[in-house]
Amino acid sequence: MDMLEFVVPELDFRAILPQIILAITALTVLLTGVFSREKKGPAIGFLSLAGVALSFSAVVFSGSQTVSSFSGMLTNDSFARFISMIVCVVALLTILISINYRKISPAINSGEYYCLLLFAALGMMFMGSAGNLLMVFVALETMSISIYALAGFQKQREKSIESALKYFLLGAFASGFLLYGFALVYGATGTMDIVKIGRFLNDHPLVVHSPLLLGGVALMTVGFGFKVAMFPFHMWTPDVYEGAPTSVTAFMATGVKAAAFAALIRVFYVALGSLQVDMTQIMWVIALLTMTVGNVVAIAQSNIKRMLAYSSIAHAGYLLVGFVAGGELAISGMLFYLLGYAFMNLGAFGVIALLAKKDGEYTELSDFAGLGFKYPAMGLVMAVFMFSMAGIPPTAGFMGKFYIFTAAINSGFIWLAIFGVINSVISIYYYLRVIVTMYFKEPEQDIVMLTPTGAIILALVIAAAGVLFMGILPSSVLDIARNSTTLIM
Amino acid sequence: MNQLDFPIISLVTFFPLVGAITVMLISKERKDALRTAALVVSLIEFIISLPVLIYFKSGTHGMQFVENVPWVKSLGISYFMGIDGISLWIVILTTFLTPVCILSSWNYIQKWVKEYMVCMLLLETAMLGALVSLDLVLFYVFWELMLIPMYMLIGVWGGPRRIYAALKFFLYTAAGSVFMLLAIIFLYYYNHKVTGVYTFNLLELYNLNIPVSVQFWLCVAFFLSFAIKVPMFPLHTWLPDAHVEAPTAGSVILAGVLLKMGTYGFLRFAIPLFPYATHQFTPVIAALSVIGIIYGAMVAMVQPDIKKLVAYSSVSHLGYVMLGIFAFNIQGIEGGLYQMLNHGISTGALFLLVGMLYERRHTRLIKDFGGIAKVMPVFATFFMIITLSSVAVPGTNGFVGEFMILVGAFRSYPVFAVIAVSGAILGAMYMLWMYQRVMFCPLDKPENQKLKDINAREIITLLPLVILVFVMGFFPGLFLRKMDATVEHFLENYNKRYEMYAQQETAEQLEAKIAAVVSERSEAPRLQGGASR
Repeated sequence: MDMLEFVVPELDFRAILPQIILAITALTVLLTGVFSREKKGPAIGFLSLAGVALSFSAVVFSGSQTVSSFSGMLTNDSFARFISMIVCVVALLTILISINYRKISPAINSGEYYCLLLFAALGMMFMGSAGNLLMVFVALETMSISIYALAGFQKQREKSIESALKYFLLGAFASGFLLYGFALVYGATGTMDIVKIGRFLNDHPLVVHSPLLLGGVALMTVGFGFKVAMFPFHMWTPDVYEGAPTSVTAFMATGVKAAAFAALIRVFYVALGSLQVDMTQIMWVIALLTMTVGNVVAIAQSNIKRMLAYSSIAHAGYLLVGFVAGGELAISGMLFYLLGYAFMNLGAFGVIALLAKKDGEYTELSDFAGLGFKYPAMGLVMAVFMFSMAGIPPTAGFMGKFYIFTAAINSGFIWLAIFGVINSVISIYYYLRVIVTMYFKEPEQDIVMLTPTGAIILALVIAAAGVLFMGILPSSVLDIARNSTTLIM
Repeated sequence: MNQLDFPIISLVTFFPLVGAITVMLISKERKDALRTAALVVSLIEFIISLPVLIYFKSGTHGMQFVENVPWVKSLGISYFMGIDGISLWIVILTTFLTPVCILSSWNYIQKWVKEYMVCMLLLETAMLGALVSLDLVLFYVFWELMLIPMYMLIGVWGGPRRIYAALKFFLYTAAGSVFMLLAIIFLYYYNHKVTGVYTFNLLELYNLNIPVSVQFWLCVAFFLSFAIKVPMFPLHTWLPDAHVEAPTAGSVILAGVLLKMGTYGFLRFAIPLFPYATHQFTPVIAALSVIGIIYGAMVAMVQPDIKKLVAYSSVSHLGYVMLGIFAFNIQGIEGGLYQMLNHGISTGALFLLVGMLYERRHTRLIKDFGGIAKVMPVFATFFMIITLSSVAVPGTNGFVGEFMILVGAFRSYPVFAVIAVSGAILGAMYMLWMYQRVMFCPLDKPENQKLKDINAREIITLLPLVILVFVMGFFPGLFLRKMDATVEHFLENYNKRYEMYAQQETAEQLEAKIAAVVSERSEAPRLQGGASR
C-alpha cells in the first residue's frame, strides 16, 4: 500500500532563490530585448548585471545550513554555495566584458545573448547543487545548449559558426555518453540519487566491481571529461575557443570548467566514493597527460586564443591532480583554484576582447607586439594574468597551485606533484612569450585599442584585484573554501 | 622580541615598493623627475636600513628585529622576518647598491624610464624580502618575485640577444626553484607527522630529525635551486648570457645581490635543514667549486668581450665563496660571507666601468680599445683600483676574503686549496691582461682618441664603491665582528646535528648487523635440525 501513496514533494523555494532570480532576470532581459526601442545601448547588459548581482547576494546571504530539498534533487551545502559564487563572479565579469564587446560584435547586444548567458549560468549553478544524476544531466544540458548557441552568435563569421557546430556535435555525443553512463549506474544500483548510490555501494561491495557499474563509470568519465577538457577528450577545445566570440570563450573556459568540476567532484566522491582507489590509478595518468599535452602543445601556438585554449586544458590537468589527491584539503584547493582561474582567465580574455576591429579580432600573438608600453595599464594587467597562470607569486595562480600540490603531497602523490611542477615550468615559457611580445618587441603594425568603457575597466580591475588579493592575502578566500568542502553524503 | 619596538624590517622591505608606486604616479614625460624620485627613494631606503646596522647586537646569534604574525593561519604560514649575522651585511649591500645602480643608469636609460625605475625598486623589495624571510613560503614568494623585475630589466632594456637571455634566466631559475617548493611542502608534512604541528617556520623546522634517505632527496632539491642561482659549475650557462645582455645596472644587481641569494640560501636553508646530507655532499660541492674557480678563470681569459670576461670571473669568484662555505670552519664561512660582499662591490663596480666604456664607444670588445688610459686618466685610475680589488691584492677587500677562504679551505681540503690558489693566479692573469690591452697599448684607433673622461655623476657613482674597497681591505674587523656570533653558532649547530645523525646512522647499522647475526644464529639450528632429520 505504501507504493501507491502519493507524496507531495516538499518545495523549498528559498533553497533555489539565486536560481529563481537568474531565471526571472533571463526572461525579463529577453522581453526587454524584444520590446525596447533603443537597440544599441548597454541597457540590457546592465539589467542582466543587476540580476546576477542580486543572485550573488542571495547566495551570500542564504545562510550556512546544509539541507537537501526537492526530495533530494538538490543539495544545498556549502560546496554548492561556493560553486554558485564562482558562477556569479564568472557571469558578472562576462557581462561586463560583453557590454564592451558589443562594439566589436554588435550582434551580441541583444536580449537573446544575455538571456542565453543567464540560462547557462543557471545551469552551472544547478550543476553545483544537483543531488540526483538526472538533475546533473538536466543542468548540464541547460548550460550546454545555451553555450552552443552562444558560441555561434557571430553569424557572419565562419569561424564562429564552425565553433558552434563543432561544440554542439561533440557535446551532443558527450551528453549521450554521460546519459548512457547514468543509465548503467542506475541499472547497477537501482537509484539515481547521488547520496543513495553512495550508500548502496557502501553496503553492497560486490556491486562495486560489477561490469555494469564500471561501464557506467567509464562512460560518465568520458562525458565529464569532455566538459572539463580532459585528455583525450580535449580535441574540441582549441577550435571552439578560437571561433567563439571572445566574451563567450571567457565564459566557457571558466564557468563550464567550474560547473563540470563541481559535478565531477560530487558524483565521484559522494556516489562513487567506494571506487576511488580504482579511479585514482586511471585519473593519475589522465591528469599527467592532460597537463603535459596542454602545456606542450600550447608552446607551438601563435594564436593567443588557441594558446589559452591549450592552457585551459593544462589547468584542467592541475585541477585533476587535486581530484586525484582527494580529501578535504584537495577539494578546498580545487575550489580556490577554480575561483582564481576564473579571475585570471576572464581577465586575460577581457584584454583580448579589447583589441578587436570591426570585422574580426587581433588574436595573433604578434599583434600584441609593443602594446605593453603603448597601453601601460592594459599591459600591466595582462602581465599580472600571465604571471598568475604561470604560477608565479604573489598571485592567485601560485597559491592555487601551491594548495593543489600540497594536497597531492599530503595524499602521497609525490611523483604527480613533481610532474605538476615540471609542467608549470614548461608553461612559464609560453606565458612569458606573451609578455615578451608585449614588452620586448617593437610593434609591427599600428593597432588601436578600443576606447575602454567603464564596464571593461571595472571587469579588468576586479579580475586583477582578485588575482592579487588571492595571491597576497589568500587566507580569507581559503578559509571560505575550506569551509565549503562539506558535501552531503 | 624586537629591540626597536618597531617593525623596521617591514619598513625596510616594503619602502621601495611604496616608492615604486609613487614613481608610477609621475608623468612619464618628466624623465628627470622620475630619475630623481627613484634616486631619492633608494637613498632614503639606504638611510632607513642603517638603524638595522647600528642597533644590531653583535654578541648574540639569534634572529634580531623579529616580526612574526600569522599570514595564512589555516596552513601555518606566517609573516616571519628577522635578521642575523648572515643576512645583515647582504641586506645593507642591497640597499647600498640600489642607489648606485639608479645613479649609474641616469643617462644610459632613455627609453621607458618610468618602467625602468619601477622595476629597480620592485626588485629591491623582492631581494630584501627574500633575505629577511624566515618562513619558507614567504621566502619562496619573494624568491620567485625577484625573477619578474630582473626578467623585465634584461628583456626590455637589454642588448641584442636580450629575449633569449631573459627567457633562459627565467626558466633556469624557475626550474630549479619549483623542486625546492616541493621539498618545502614535503618538509611541512613531515614536520606535521613527527611533531603534529603545521608550520613553515624555518627555525622550528631546523630541529626536525629527518631520516637520512629522505634528507638526501630534499637536500638535492634545495641544492639544485641554490646551485643554479649561485651559479655553480656546470649550471652556470645562463649567467654569461644574462650578464652580457642585461643593462649595466641590471648586471650590477645581478652580480651584486641576486647571485648571493644562492650562497645565502645554502647558509640559511639547505645546510642547517639537512646537515647529514650536506656532509655527504660536501666533497662533491667542494670539487665543483674548485672546478668552477679554475674553469671560470680559464674561460674568462679567452673572452674577447670585456663584459663576458667579467661575467665568467663571477663564476670563478662564486666558486671561492662556495669553497669557503663548504670548508665548514669559521675562517671559511666568514671568508665566504666576506667574499660575497666583496664580489658585490668589486664586480658591481667592474660592470659599472664596463658600462661607462660601452656608453662611449658602443662596443665591449677588447680589441677595439687600447691606450684608453691616455684619454681617460680618471677612469683608468678607478678601473685600476677595482681590478686590483678583484685580483685580491693586499690592502683591498678582495684580499681579506680570498685569504680567509683559502685558510679555511686549507684546514679542510689541502688539495683543493692548492688548486684554488692557482685560480687566484689565473685571476690576476686575466684581469691584468685585460687591463693592459684596454688601457695601455698604443692609442691607435681614431675613435678612441676623442673619448671623454668620466663626468662628475659617474665619479659619484664609483666613489662609494672605491672607498668601500679600501675600508673593507683595511678594517675587516668592522664587518666580521657582526658575523662572528652567528657563524660560530651556525657551525656549532651544524656539527652537533651532524654528530646526532651520524650516531643514529651507526646505531641503525649496528642494529642491522645484530639483526643479521641473530637471524643467522636462529637459522643455523634449524638447518642442523633439518639435516639430522
